[in-house]
Amino acid sequence: MRNAPPETTPFFPRDREMHPPAYTPWYKTSVLRSPQRALISLEGTKSEITGPVFGHNIINEFDNDLIVNYAKPGESPIGQRILVHGRVVDERGVGVAGALVEFWQANAGGRYRHKKETYLAPLDPNFGGVGRTITDENGFYWFKTIKPGPYPWPNGVNDWRPAHIHFSIFGHGFAQRLITQMYFEGDPLIWICPIVKTIPDEEAIKRLIAPLDMNATIPHDMRAYKFDIVLRGRRSTLFENRKEGN
Amino acid sequence: MVQPLGYLKESASQTAGPYVHIGCTPNFTGIHGVYDHDLGSGSLVNEQTRGERITIRGRVIDGAGTALRDALVEIWQADADGFYNSPSETRGKADPNFFGWARCPGDMETGEFVFETIKPGRVPFRDGRLMAPHVNFWIVARGINLGLNTRMYFSDETQANAEDPILARIEHKVRVPTLVGKRDGDTVTFDIYLQGENETIFFDI
Repeated sequence: MRNAPPETTPFFPRDREMHPPAYTPWYKTSVLRSPQRALISLEGTKSEITGPVFGHNIINEFDNDLIVNYAKPGESPIGQRILVHGRVVDERGVGVAGALVEFWQANAGGRYRHKKETYLAPLDPNFGGVGRTITDENGFYWFKTIKPGPYPWPNGVNDWRPAHIHFSIFGHGFAQRLITQMYFEGDPLIWICPIVKTIPDEEAIKRLIAPLDMNATIPHDMRAYKFDIVLRGRRSTLFENRKEGN
Repeated sequence: MVQPLGYLKESASQTAGPYVHIGCTPNFTGIHGVYDHDLGSGSLVNEQTRGERITIRGRVIDGAGTALRDALVEIWQADADGFYNSPSETRGKADPNFFGWARCPGDMETGEFVFETIKPGRVPFRDGRLMAPHVNFWIVARGINLGLNTRMYFSDETQANAEDPILARIEHKVRVPTLVGKRDGDTVTFDIYLQGENETIFFDI
């Protein structure tokens, strides 16, 4: 952890033009699940700017290795071995230390290990599809996994999800909470995906596409993809002059 | 030309999808052996926790009146004295026996979420006025493109609710009850309506 006092300032207002609106009828499930009234603005009180701390002690040795964390001894899942690495920073470019990063994904055939999943691609007996880690003092994280496959899903009659990994990120405040998805460079399905297209800003979409990173590739073992994540920034303590309540 | 400000943009949200449980509550969906237990599951309370024990129950309901069976709900709340268990809490030290955060997947049949917790104390607003006791909620699910933030206040706090600076700024008073959990004994019921006549107030926090 940084040798600095914890930050107690409010977060920058969320730039909602960078995010999908609630109502995106081409992603059909959003139609009945999208609030229709205006949100009530609420600048950060203690309730929003605080958040729990998840210690490194909650993480087990193989939580960030999806190749081994569900596999039978001596076996491993089918698929392309990859390393995913990156940095969690805030909008000021400051590394977010101690962020809880959770990830989940389909297997190499595009099948999730879930009770309600019905796609005909087979389960991989050696792949669970879940992992987590906590960022280091500078916000860096990494994990090993199998590259997920694309899969069809019931929306339009022929909609396919690009290969992707889901991310849940817990930074320093409850208002920083974020769930997103990482896509892979070069996947033609990205630009025809109704869920990707909920994001109105093309540059914002590009920031969710992880490039192949040959420098981080482990020779004769696994290729690497780099995925940086930006959480909301917060005002500098220097600018605060509240006597109390902040 | 001027200097660039140089700020980055927050990463865009994407829906949690139908399988958020795999990532956040794997044991709940039958993936055993990776984590000992699901993070944030179980009671928030132990024998030493200070405060009044309550159970929060509710559902997340869509615009057709159907309870979501694939939502994930997280709560974050102050301890019995109004302190958050967080490094950003500078007014005092929170109860070490109360973490203040939990997550619960909706039941796969009924959609119900349940939290065993305590009633939080009052937390000051930015100007020092006390807010009424409340629990912060964050809701994600398939079909929700960006996580939704709301608060649950308590029906047995009429006076404090009347003084609350957040509730006071809500123009359409008819909507305020959507933020109030209904207390009956030790149980507080809080149904979250995504749409419709009773659409819950959501906050841009």
